[in-house]
Amino acid sequence: MTMLKIEGLTAEVDGKPILQGIDLEIPLGELHAIMGPNGSGKSTLSYVLAGREGYEVTGGSATFAGQDLLAMEPEQRAAAGLFLAFQYPVELPGVGNANFLRTALNALRRSRGESDLDAMQFLKLARERMRALHMPEDMLKRGVNVGFSGGEKKRNEVLQMALLGPRMAILDETDSGLDIDALRIVADGVNALRGPEFSALVITHYQRLLDYIVPDRVHVLIGGRIVKSGGPELAQELEASGYASVQAAA
Amino acid sequence: MNAMVQSGAEGFLHRFEGLRARLPGARLPWLAALREGAAEAFRVQGFPTRRQEAWKYTDLRPVAEAGFDEPLTMLDEGLALPPGHGTARAVFVDGRFRAELSTLEGIGFAVSGLAAALPGLEGRLGALAHPQGQPLAALNTMLFEDGLVVTVPAGIAGGMLDLVSVATETERPAAFHPRHLIRLEAGASLTIIETATGPEGARYLHNPVFEIEVAEGATLVHARLQQEAPRAFQLATVYASVAAGGTYDNFTLNAGGRLVRNEIHTTLTGPKAACHMNGAQLLGAGQHADTTTFLDHAAPDCASRQTYKTVLAGKSRGVFQGKILVRQVAQRTDGYQMNQALLLSPEAEIDSKPQLEIYADDVKCSHGATVGELDAEQLFYLRTRGIPEARARSMLVEAFLTEAVEGVNDAGARSALQAAVTGWWEKQAEAAA
Repeated sequence: MTMLKIEGLTAEVDGKPILQGIDLEIPLGELHAIMGPNGSGKSTLSYVLAGREGYEVTGGSATFAGQDLLAMEPEQRAAAGLFLAFQYPVELPGVGNANFLRTALNALRRSRGESDLDAMQFLKLARERMRALHMPEDMLKRGVNVGFSGGEKKRNEVLQMALLGPRMAILDETDSGLDIDALRIVADGVNALRGPEFSALVITHYQRLLDYIVPDRVHVLIGGRIVKSGGPELAQELEASGYASVQAAA
Repeated sequence: MNAMVQSGAEGFLHRFEGLRARLPGARLPWLAALREGAAEAFRVQGFPTRRQEAWKYTDLRPVAEAGFDEPLTMLDEGLALPPGHGTARAVFVDGRFRAELSTLEGIGFAVSGLAAALPGLEGRLGALAHPQGQPLAALNTMLFEDGLVVTVPAGIAGGMLDLVSVATETERPAAFHPRHLIRLEAGASLTIIETATGPEGARYLHNPVFEIEVAEGATLVHARLQQEAPRAFQLATVYASVAAGGTYDNFTLNAGGRLVRNEIHTTLTGPKAACHMNGAQLLGAGQHADTTTFLDHAAPDCASRQTYKTVLAGKSRGVFQGKILVRQVAQRTDGYQMNQALLLSPEAEIDSKPQLEIYADDVKCSHGATVGELDAEQLFYLRTRGIPEARARSMLVEAFLTEAVEGVNDAGARSALQAAVTGWWEKQAEAAA
């Protein structure tokens, strides 16, 4: 079964074409990586898939578990099982992290016809997940991402992913700004979710993250198009020879 | 009765002419003189107009043009009192103290209706509220009939007192001008939660004036929940004086009414006095609310904190004017003022005017103002987590208001405010759905 199928996708931001015809297919249970230099359209692709305003789709299609993804509101995409881990997680002063996480979790539970978790049930679950990510418990009490270090923000993204239990996650440069220890923790968090029912699209500039999260397939995005695809070894090749060589060959 | 109801300042002056011999305390010479002086001041000043700096953004013509009658409260049937927060409660119906609806037994301080207490109030009534240059105080002084008199003796912890004002639906628009006198003696404390409401269709003018004295080391928390009827006017003026080491903590929620002014004058008269003035204005279609504060640092080593937040939906207009005066004697003043507005509609408008006037040289004073809309990125972030748009918006509005509510130094008052804020937002969301 195909989890995500993208065909001929083109999109623009402020009238400037960024995605120039993306074709990509991620089968259920597989983890794919997209690598590319700055400005190649990596983040645009993740925002288009999550439904951000201002990212205008001008052609092509994206199908998620058989549904037309591009016709859905952002919260409907989440309810369908799509999760975006942000490159720059947003700070929400005045919104407590625990309140935020529980509201999100219960919104998704409702969309699946399940009952709400009460505060106690939620806390128990959240504490369990936080321990696995080596997160101090006071991060629940603070405003969402407010005053969090770069690493704490990324861990908070992975915590949300672990709690919300998506069918597919898009990780947008989750490795940026992480030291090696934080990188390991985040990678462990992602690997813990891997299985036959979980798919992922890992977007990264560097091969480093892919040492810890080993992908099934690697795609190279340059100039808004996927110019090359291959197995995990492609990431190593890129690391050795750089994007320029792929670009020249394409 | 077919007598024409006169409008404008003349209407009120005419009322005073007709009532002067029958107003409470008419036989007390000092009070009669006070009222005459106020009437003269009101006659000269009339209603404020937008030509006056203090009223630049708020046009009182709708109030001036409405004809008001004396309130005639006939029946108590169907009188809906809002829920109380404490055990003690003073109830006013159309501006008149109603002992039989109030619960004031067993509290450790003196509370009474003002009309009955007038003979003992010479020198106290009018000590802080002066009619000169204050047209609304003049109007109130000229026509007040009742109010609340609270005196908490030295060292007494007064607990929590509800001050409830309910308007009734009258045939003609009614006007009432209660005068509330609150005095905390040295080291005393009290929390007052004031709720002002009226039934959906009621038209009235509620023009309360507060005179508040906080003595050395005393603490007054004063939470005002303005939830008047949608067509009502509330023009409230608070005069507070805080002595050395005392604290006055005012929080005003402006959520109801059609045209509302919340004016606060606080003077810090002794060293290490403190004042917190916080508030939230929650405005929907057709509402105008104005918060105007005047803070007078008249002693050294005092601190003041002001945080005002305005949320505007529909075609509404909000105003914030805040002046901080730091006199030369007020060295080492620590003053902070912030006002922020969140515009939820392109038709909404906010005017804000902070003003600092500083004569002391060793002073820490800051102020700031922001105006914005809901942050698209924050909204998107919440929605990608499966939170529906309407819920995401309300989370961000609540977050915006949190900072102002969290500044209230009394848990009971804080939760009453939180409930009022949530209630307002739910009503807005319902109306929008």
